[in-house]
Amino acid sequence: MRYPSRSRLSTHDPNLKENMSEKNDTESKDIQWPLWEVFTQPRDGKPHEHAGSLHAPDAEMALENARDVYARRKEAVNIWVVPSDQIVASKGEDAGPFFDPADDKPYRHPQFYSVPRASKRRS
Amino acid sequence: MDEESKKEKFQERIDNGETIEPKDWMPERYRKQLIRMMSQHAHSEVVGMLPEGNWITRAPSLRRKMILLSKVQDEAGHGLYLYSATETLGASRQEVIDQLLEGKAKYSSIFNYPTLSWADVAVIGWLVDGAAIINQTMLARSSYGPYSRAMVRICKEESFHKKQGYEMVATMADGTPEQQEMIQDAVDRWWWPTLMMFGPHDDDSPNSAELIKWGVKSKTNDELRQSFVDRHVSEAHEVGLEIPDEDLEYNEETGHWEFGEIDWDEFWNVVKGNGPMNKERMKSRREAHENGKWVREAAEEYARKKRLAKEKAS
Repeated sequence: MRYPSRSRLSTHDPNLKENMSEKNDTESKDIQWPLWEVFTQPRDGKPHEHAGSLHAPDAEMALENARDVYARRKEAVNIWVVPSDQIVASKGEDAGPFFDPADDKPYRHPQFYSVPRASKRRS
Repeated sequence: MDEESKKEKFQERIDNGETIEPKDWMPERYRKQLIRMMSQHAHSEVVGMLPEGNWITRAPSLRRKMILLSKVQDEAGHGLYLYSATETLGASRQEVIDQLLEGKAKYSSIFNYPTLSWADVAVIGWLVDGAAIINQTMLARSSYGPYSRAMVRICKEESFHKKQGYEMVATMADGTPEQQEMIQDAVDRWWWPTLMMFGPHDDDSPNSAELIKWGVKSKTNDELRQSFVDRHVSEAHEVGLEIPDEDLEYNEETGHWEFGEIDWDEFWNVVKGNGPMNKERMKSRREAHENGKWVREAAEEYARKKRLAKEKAS
Protein backbone atom coordinates (compact mmCIF):
# COMPACT_ATOMS: atom_id res chain seq x y z
CA MET A 1 0.00 0.00 0.00
CA ARG A 2 1.57 3.27 -1.04
CA TYR A 3 0.15 6.69 -0.44
CA PRO A 4 1.51 9.88 -1.90
CA SER A 5 2.97 12.17 0.73
CA ARG A 6 0.55 14.91 1.66
CA SER A 7 -1.57 14.40 -1.43
CA ARG A 8 -1.35 18.14 -1.90
CA LEU A 9 -2.81 17.92 -5.35
CA SER A 10 -5.59 15.57 -4.47
CA THR A 11 -6.70 17.80 -1.62
CA HIS A 12 -7.03 20.66 -4.06
CA ASP A 13 -10.57 21.41 -4.86
CA PRO A 14 -11.06 22.85 -8.32
CA ASN A 15 -13.04 25.87 -7.12
CA LEU A 16 -10.35 26.72 -4.67
CA LYS A 17 -7.66 26.54 -7.28
CA GLU A 18 -9.65 28.87 -9.42
CA ASN A 19 -10.04 31.34 -6.58
CA MET A 20 -6.42 31.22 -5.67
CA SER A 21 -5.16 31.90 -9.15
CA GLU A 22 -7.26 34.76 -10.33
CA LYS A 23 -4.07 36.60 -11.10
CA ASN A 24 -2.47 36.81 -14.47
CA ASP A 25 0.12 34.02 -14.63
CA THR A 26 2.57 35.97 -16.73
CA GLU A 27 2.90 38.55 -13.96
CA SER A 28 4.49 36.11 -11.59
CA LYS A 29 8.25 35.89 -12.10
CA ASP A 30 8.91 33.73 -9.10
CA ILE A 31 8.74 29.99 -8.96
CA GLN A 32 8.72 28.43 -5.55
CA TRP A 33 11.63 26.20 -4.64
CA PRO A 34 11.05 22.59 -3.64
CA LEU A 35 9.29 21.95 -0.33
CA TRP A 36 11.18 20.26 2.51
CA GLU A 37 9.84 18.78 5.74
CA VAL A 38 11.90 19.69 8.78
CA PHE A 39 12.50 17.35 11.73
CA THR A 40 14.33 18.57 14.81
CA GLN A 41 16.00 16.61 17.60
CA PRO A 42 15.44 18.67 20.75
CA ARG A 43 18.18 17.12 22.87
CA ASP A 44 20.88 14.52 22.65
CA GLY A 45 19.33 11.06 22.86
CA LYS A 46 15.79 12.23 21.97
CA PRO A 47 14.01 11.25 18.76
CA HIS A 48 13.55 13.71 15.90
CA GLU A 49 10.16 15.38 15.71
CA HIS A 50 8.35 17.10 12.84
CA ALA A 51 8.70 20.89 13.17
CA GLY A 52 7.18 22.19 9.94
CA SER A 53 8.22 22.75 6.37
CA LEU A 54 10.02 25.28 4.19
CA HIS A 55 11.06 26.00 0.62
CA ALA A 56 14.74 25.90 -0.39
CA PRO A 57 16.69 25.44 -3.63
CA ASP A 58 18.80 22.54 -2.30
CA ALA A 59 19.41 20.39 0.76
CA GLU A 60 22.25 22.48 2.17
CA MET A 61 20.21 25.69 2.09
CA ALA A 62 17.19 23.82 3.38
CA LEU A 63 19.24 22.86 6.45
CA GLU A 64 20.44 26.42 7.01
CA ASN A 65 16.95 27.83 6.57
CA ALA A 66 15.57 25.17 8.91
CA ARG A 67 18.06 26.29 11.57
CA ASP A 68 17.01 29.94 11.18
CA VAL A 69 13.29 29.23 11.03
CA TYR A 70 12.85 26.35 13.50
CA ALA A 71 15.82 26.56 15.88
CA ARG A 72 16.48 30.20 16.76
CA ARG A 73 16.41 29.33 20.46
CA LYS A 74 18.40 26.13 20.62
CA GLU A 75 15.31 24.03 19.96
CA ALA A 76 17.49 21.48 18.19
CA VAL A 77 20.83 19.75 18.42
CA ASN A 78 20.29 18.08 15.06
CA ILE A 79 18.03 18.68 12.06
CA TRP A 80 16.78 16.44 9.25
CA VAL A 81 15.35 17.91 6.08
CA VAL A 82 13.44 15.60 3.74
CA PRO A 83 11.95 16.49 0.35
CA SER A 84 8.22 16.57 1.09
CA ASP A 85 7.33 14.47 -1.92
CA GLN A 86 9.54 11.65 -0.61
CA ILE A 87 7.45 11.09 2.48
CA VAL A 88 4.99 8.23 2.35
CA ALA A 89 2.25 8.42 4.94
CA SER A 90 -0.70 6.27 5.95
CA LYS A 91 -4.12 7.81 5.53
CA GLY A 92 -5.93 9.20 8.54
CA GLU A 93 -9.31 7.99 7.34
CA ASP A 94 -7.95 4.44 6.98
CA ALA A 95 -6.50 4.42 10.48
CA GLY A 96 -9.12 1.91 11.69
CA PRO A 97 -8.53 -0.91 9.21
CA PHE A 98 -4.85 -0.09 8.77
CA PHE A 99 -4.00 -0.53 12.44
CA ASP A 100 -6.56 -3.21 13.29
CA PRO A 101 -4.02 -6.06 13.35
CA ALA A 102 -3.04 -4.70 16.76
CA ASP A 103 -6.62 -4.55 18.03
CA ASP A 104 -7.00 -8.12 19.25
CA LYS A 105 -3.59 -8.77 20.74
CA PRO A 106 -3.83 -7.76 24.38
CA TYR A 107 -1.28 -10.49 25.20
CA ARG A 108 1.39 -8.11 23.87
CA HIS A 109 0.99 -6.04 27.02
CA PRO A 110 2.21 -6.95 30.50
CA GLN A 111 -1.24 -6.14 31.95
CA PHE A 112 -2.53 -9.29 30.23
CA TYR A 113 -0.70 -11.54 32.69
CA SER A 114 -1.41 -12.39 36.27
CA VAL A 115 1.49 -13.65 38.28
CA PRO A 116 1.91 -14.35 41.98
CA ARG A 117 3.06 -11.33 43.88
CA ALA A 118 6.59 -11.78 45.15
CA SER A 119 6.89 -11.51 48.89
CA LYS A 120 8.64 -8.41 50.14
CA ARG A 121 12.26 -8.89 50.82
CA ARG A 122 13.36 -8.01 54.30
CA SER A 123 16.40 -5.92 54.52
CA MET B 1 -20.33 7.80 2.41
CA ASP B 2 -22.27 10.78 1.07
CA GLU B 3 -21.34 14.40 1.69
CA GLU B 4 -23.90 14.92 4.45
CA SER B 5 -22.85 11.97 6.56
CA LYS B 6 -19.21 12.92 6.05
CA LYS B 7 -20.03 16.37 7.39
CA GLU B 8 -21.82 14.86 10.38
CA LYS B 9 -18.90 12.59 11.11
CA PHE B 10 -16.53 15.54 10.80
CA GLN B 11 -18.59 17.57 13.28
CA GLU B 12 -18.56 14.60 15.65
CA ARG B 13 -14.78 14.50 15.51
CA ILE B 14 -14.65 18.23 16.28
CA ASP B 15 -17.10 17.89 19.15
CA ASN B 16 -15.00 15.04 20.58
CA GLY B 17 -12.03 17.39 20.59
CA GLU B 18 -10.16 15.45 17.90
CA THR B 19 -7.50 17.17 15.83
CA ILE B 20 -8.00 17.47 12.07
CA GLU B 21 -4.87 16.68 10.05
CA PRO B 22 -4.06 17.77 6.46
CA LYS B 23 -5.07 14.52 4.77
CA ASP B 24 -8.29 14.01 6.73
CA TRP B 25 -11.62 14.66 5.06
CA MET B 26 -12.91 18.16 5.81
CA PRO B 27 -15.78 20.27 4.47
CA GLU B 28 -14.62 22.56 1.67
CA ARG B 29 -15.79 25.55 3.62
CA TYR B 30 -13.67 24.55 6.62
CA ARG B 31 -10.67 24.38 4.29
CA LYS B 32 -11.44 27.72 2.68
CA GLN B 33 -12.10 29.52 5.95
CA LEU B 34 -8.84 28.20 7.34
CA ILE B 35 -6.88 29.21 4.26
CA ARG B 36 -8.38 32.69 4.52
CA MET B 37 -7.71 32.99 8.22
CA MET B 38 -4.23 31.44 8.26
CA SER B 39 -2.94 33.33 5.23
CA GLN B 40 -4.21 36.62 6.68
CA HIS B 41 -2.48 35.70 9.90
CA ALA B 42 0.77 34.96 8.01
CA HIS B 43 0.54 38.26 6.11
CA SER B 44 0.03 40.10 9.41
CA GLU B 45 3.25 38.66 10.80
CA VAL B 46 5.14 39.70 7.68
CA VAL B 47 3.69 43.21 7.39
CA GLY B 48 4.09 43.51 11.17
CA MET B 49 7.85 43.65 10.67
CA LEU B 50 7.56 47.06 8.98
CA PRO B 51 6.40 49.45 11.73
CA GLU B 52 9.04 48.21 14.18
CA GLY B 53 11.73 47.60 11.57
CA ASN B 54 11.45 51.33 11.00
CA TRP B 55 13.22 51.89 14.37
CA ILE B 56 16.03 49.31 14.27
CA THR B 57 18.66 51.80 13.10
CA ARG B 58 17.58 54.33 15.73
CA ALA B 59 17.40 52.09 18.79
CA PRO B 60 18.61 53.95 21.90
CA SER B 61 21.18 51.33 22.92
CA LEU B 62 22.92 48.24 21.58
CA ARG B 63 20.88 46.09 23.99
CA ARG B 64 17.60 47.48 22.67
CA LYS B 65 18.82 47.12 19.10
CA MET B 66 19.68 43.43 19.53
CA ILE B 67 16.31 42.80 21.16
CA LEU B 68 14.39 44.59 18.41
CA LEU B 69 16.32 42.84 15.63
CA SER B 70 15.59 39.53 17.25
CA LYS B 71 11.90 40.34 17.66
CA VAL B 72 11.52 41.43 14.04
CA GLN B 73 13.31 38.25 12.92
CA ASP B 74 10.82 36.24 15.01
CA GLU B 75 7.93 37.91 13.17
CA ALA B 76 9.44 36.75 9.88
CA GLY B 77 9.70 33.26 11.37
CA HIS B 78 6.06 33.37 12.48
CA GLY B 79 5.04 34.32 8.96
CA LEU B 80 6.96 31.31 7.66
CA TYR B 81 5.43 28.84 10.15
CA LEU B 82 2.01 30.05 9.12
CA TYR B 83 2.62 30.04 5.37
CA SER B 84 3.90 26.50 5.70
CA ALA B 85 0.83 25.49 7.74
CA THR B 86 -1.45 27.12 5.15
CA GLU B 87 0.18 25.07 2.40
CA THR B 88 -0.90 21.84 4.09
CA LEU B 89 -4.47 22.80 3.08
CA GLY B 90 -3.53 22.77 -0.60
CA ALA B 91 -2.95 26.50 -1.03
CA SER B 92 0.22 27.26 -2.97
CA ARG B 93 2.77 29.48 -1.27
CA GLN B 94 3.27 31.50 -4.42
CA GLU B 95 -0.42 32.25 -4.84
CA VAL B 96 -0.88 33.22 -1.23
CA ILE B 97 2.13 35.57 -1.35
CA ASP B 98 1.06 37.05 -4.67
CA GLN B 99 -2.32 37.89 -3.18
CA LEU B 100 -0.58 40.01 -0.56
CA LEU B 101 1.74 41.69 -3.04
CA GLU B 102 -1.15 42.46 -5.36
CA GLY B 103 -3.04 44.07 -2.49
CA LYS B 104 -5.87 41.49 -2.60
CA ALA B 105 -5.22 39.95 0.78
CA LYS B 106 -6.00 41.41 4.17
CA TYR B 107 -3.70 41.66 7.15
CA SER B 108 -4.19 43.01 10.65
CA SER B 109 -5.22 46.68 10.53
CA ILE B 110 -3.05 47.53 13.50
CA PHE B 111 -0.03 47.70 11.20
CA ASN B 112 -1.59 50.51 9.21
CA TYR B 113 -0.82 52.95 12.01
CA PRO B 114 2.50 54.83 12.06
CA THR B 115 5.31 54.40 14.60
CA LEU B 116 6.12 58.01 15.44
CA SER B 117 8.58 57.64 18.29
CA TRP B 118 10.72 55.02 20.04
CA ALA B 119 8.01 54.78 22.70
CA ASP B 120 5.79 53.22 20.03
CA VAL B 121 8.17 50.25 19.86
CA ALA B 122 7.70 49.75 23.59
CA VAL B 123 3.92 50.06 23.39
CA ILE B 124 3.63 47.74 20.37
CA GLY B 125 5.48 45.02 22.27
CA TRP B 126 3.30 45.50 25.31
CA LEU B 127 -0.16 46.09 23.77
CA VAL B 128 -0.06 44.67 20.24
CA ASP B 129 1.90 41.55 21.15
CA GLY B 130 -0.13 41.34 24.34
CA ALA B 131 -3.30 41.26 22.24
CA ALA B 132 -1.74 38.74 19.87
CA ILE B 133 -0.92 36.40 22.76
CA ILE B 134 -4.53 36.41 23.95
CA ASN B 135 -5.79 35.56 20.48
CA GLN B 136 -3.06 33.03 19.75
CA THR B 137 -3.31 31.20 23.06
CA MET B 138 -6.87 30.40 22.02
CA LEU B 139 -5.80 29.41 18.50
CA ALA B 140 -3.19 27.04 19.97
CA ARG B 141 -6.20 24.86 20.81
CA SER B 142 -7.61 25.13 17.31
CA SER B 143 -9.04 21.99 15.71
CA TYR B 144 -6.66 22.10 12.75
CA GLY B 145 -3.40 20.38 13.77
CA PRO B 146 -0.84 22.33 11.72
CA TYR B 147 -2.40 25.68 12.75
CA SER B 148 -2.53 24.75 16.39
CA ARG B 149 1.08 23.51 16.40
CA ALA B 150 2.33 26.68 14.68
CA MET B 151 0.49 28.68 17.35
CA VAL B 152 2.10 26.80 20.22
CA ARG B 153 5.50 27.64 18.77
CA ILE B 154 4.52 31.27 18.19
CA CYS B 155 3.05 31.78 21.67
CA LYS B 156 6.33 30.76 23.29
CA GLU B 157 8.12 33.46 21.33
CA GLU B 158 5.45 36.11 21.79
CA SER B 159 5.88 36.12 25.54
CA PHE B 160 9.41 37.46 25.03
CA HIS B 161 7.95 40.09 22.69
CA LYS B 162 5.43 41.27 25.21
CA LYS B 163 7.80 41.22 28.13
CA GLN B 164 10.53 43.22 26.42
CA GLY B 165 7.86 45.78 25.50
CA TYR B 166 6.42 46.02 28.98
CA GLU B 167 9.92 46.32 30.42
CA MET B 168 10.54 49.33 28.19
CA VAL B 169 7.13 50.80 29.02
CA ALA B 170 7.91 50.49 32.74
CA THR B 171 11.36 52.01 32.27
CA MET B 172 10.03 55.01 30.37
CA ALA B 173 7.10 55.47 32.74
CA ASP B 174 9.66 55.69 35.55
CA GLY B 175 11.96 58.00 33.56
CA THR B 176 12.32 61.74 32.96
CA PRO B 177 9.17 63.88 32.48
CA GLU B 178 9.87 63.84 28.71
CA GLN B 179 10.07 60.06 28.66
CA GLN B 180 6.88 59.80 30.70
CA GLU B 181 5.14 62.10 28.26
CA MET B 182 6.41 60.10 25.29
CA ILE B 183 5.21 56.78 26.65
CA GLN B 184 1.79 58.16 27.65
CA ASP B 185 1.41 59.66 24.17
CA ALA B 186 2.19 56.30 22.60
CA VAL B 187 -0.38 54.56 24.83
CA ASP B 188 -2.96 57.21 23.88
CA ARG B 189 -2.42 56.55 20.19
CA TRP B 190 -2.22 52.71 20.31
CA TRP B 191 -4.89 51.80 22.87
CA TRP B 192 -7.96 52.03 20.65
CA PRO B 193 -6.42 50.53 17.50
CA THR B 194 -5.27 47.60 19.66
CA LEU B 195 -8.83 47.03 20.93
CA MET B 196 -9.90 46.93 17.27
CA MET B 197 -7.48 44.05 16.63
CA PHE B 198 -10.05 41.64 18.06
CA GLY B 199 -12.43 42.49 15.24
CA PRO B 200 -16.08 43.62 15.16
CA HIS B 201 -18.59 42.96 17.94
CA ASP B 202 -19.90 39.41 18.02
CA ASP B 203 -23.18 40.53 16.41
CA ASP B 204 -21.29 41.98 13.43
CA SER B 205 -18.85 39.14 13.02
CA PRO B 206 -20.27 36.84 10.35
CA ASN B 207 -17.51 34.21 10.56
CA SER B 208 -17.35 33.80 14.32
CA ALA B 209 -20.18 31.36 14.93
CA GLU B 210 -18.99 29.01 12.22
CA LEU B 211 -15.37 29.12 13.38
CA ILE B 212 -16.47 28.35 16.91
CA LYS B 213 -18.68 25.49 15.75
CA TRP B 214 -15.66 24.01 13.97
CA GLY B 215 -13.41 24.42 16.96
CA VAL B 216 -11.08 26.79 15.11
CA LYS B 217 -11.86 29.45 17.69
CA SER B 218 -13.16 28.81 21.18
CA LYS B 219 -13.90 32.38 22.28
CA THR B 220 -15.72 35.28 20.63
CA ASN B 221 -14.13 38.58 19.63
CA ASP B 222 -15.77 40.39 22.55
CA GLU B 223 -14.68 37.77 25.07
CA LEU B 224 -11.08 38.01 23.89
CA ARG B 225 -11.21 41.82 23.92
CA GLN B 226 -12.49 41.76 27.50
CA SER B 227 -9.63 39.58 28.71
CA PHE B 228 -7.19 41.89 26.97
CA VAL B 229 -8.67 44.95 28.70
CA ASP B 230 -8.74 43.31 32.13
CA ARG B 231 -5.12 42.31 31.89
CA HIS B 232 -3.68 45.46 30.38
CA VAL B 233 -5.57 48.04 32.43
CA SER B 234 -4.00 46.67 35.58
CA GLU B 235 -0.59 46.52 33.91
CA ALA B 236 -0.99 50.19 32.90
CA HIS B 237 -1.97 51.25 36.41
CA GLU B 238 0.91 49.23 37.84
CA VAL B 239 3.38 51.57 36.10
CA GLY B 240 1.31 54.73 36.54
CA LEU B 241 -0.03 55.10 32.99
CA GLU B 242 -3.49 56.31 32.04
CA ILE B 243 -5.80 54.45 29.67
CA PRO B 244 -7.35 56.99 27.24
CA ASP B 245 -10.96 55.99 27.93
CA GLU B 246 -13.27 58.15 30.04
CA ASP B 247 -15.80 55.36 30.37
CA LEU B 248 -13.35 52.88 31.81
CA GLU B 249 -14.73 51.59 35.08
CA TYR B 250 -14.19 48.53 37.24
CA ASN B 251 -17.28 46.47 37.86
CA GLU B 252 -16.96 44.90 41.31
CA GLU B 253 -19.72 42.39 40.62
CA THR B 254 -18.38 40.94 37.39
CA GLY B 255 -14.73 41.50 38.19
CA HIS B 256 -14.24 43.04 34.74
CA TRP B 257 -13.24 46.46 33.49
CA GLU B 258 -16.06 48.08 31.51
CA PHE B 259 -14.88 50.26 28.66
CA GLY B 260 -16.16 52.79 26.11
CA GLU B 261 -17.37 52.16 22.57
CA ILE B 262 -14.84 51.66 19.81
CA ASP B 263 -14.94 54.06 16.87
CA TRP B 264 -16.18 51.52 14.33
CA ASP B 265 -16.12 54.02 11.46
CA GLU B 266 -12.39 54.31 11.93
CA PHE B 267 -12.09 50.51 12.11
CA TRP B 268 -13.91 49.91 8.81
CA ASN B 269 -12.11 52.79 7.17
CA VAL B 270 -8.71 51.26 7.95
CA VAL B 271 -9.91 47.78 6.96
CA LYS B 272 -11.00 49.20 3.61
CA GLY B 273 -7.48 50.49 2.98
CA ASN B 274 -7.78 54.13 4.04
CA GLY B 275 -5.72 53.99 7.23
CA PRO B 276 -2.78 56.33 7.71
CA MET B 277 -0.19 53.77 6.52
CA ASN B 278 -2.01 51.27 4.24
CA LYS B 279 -0.39 52.47 1.03
CA GLU B 280 3.03 52.94 2.59
CA ARG B 281 3.00 49.39 4.05
CA MET B 282 2.11 47.79 0.74
CA LYS B 283 4.72 49.85 -1.05
CA SER B 284 7.42 48.80 1.43
CA ARG B 285 6.39 45.13 1.24
CA ARG B 286 6.57 45.16 -2.56
CA GLU B 287 9.92 46.91 -2.48
CA ALA B 288 11.25 44.40 0.05
CA HIS B 289 10.14 41.56 -2.22
CA GLU B 290 11.70 43.22 -5.25
CA ASN B 291 14.93 44.03 -3.40
CA GLY B 292 15.23 40.42 -2.30
CA LYS B 293 15.13 39.20 -5.86
CA TRP B 294 18.90 39.06 -6.31
CA VAL B 295 19.20 36.97 -3.14
CA ARG B 296 16.72 34.44 -4.48
CA GLU B 297 18.49 34.38 -7.83
CA ALA B 298 21.90 33.98 -6.18
CA ALA B 299 20.63 31.10 -4.04
CA GLU B 300 19.29 29.34 -7.11
CA GLU B 301 22.49 29.87 -9.05
CA TYR B 302 24.56 28.60 -6.12
CA ALA B 303 22.44 25.46 -5.94
CA ARG B 304 22.76 24.95 -9.69
CA LYS B 305 26.56 25.33 -9.67
CA LYS B 306 26.95 22.97 -6.75
CA ARG B 307 24.82 20.39 -8.54
CA LEU B 308 26.93 20.76 -11.69
CA ALA B 309 30.20 20.42 -9.76
CA LYS B 310 28.89 17.30 -8.08
CA GLU B 311 27.85 15.77 -11.39
CA LYS B 312 31.26 16.53 -12.86
CA ALA B 313 33.08 14.95 -9.95
CA SER B 314 31.17 11.69 -10.19
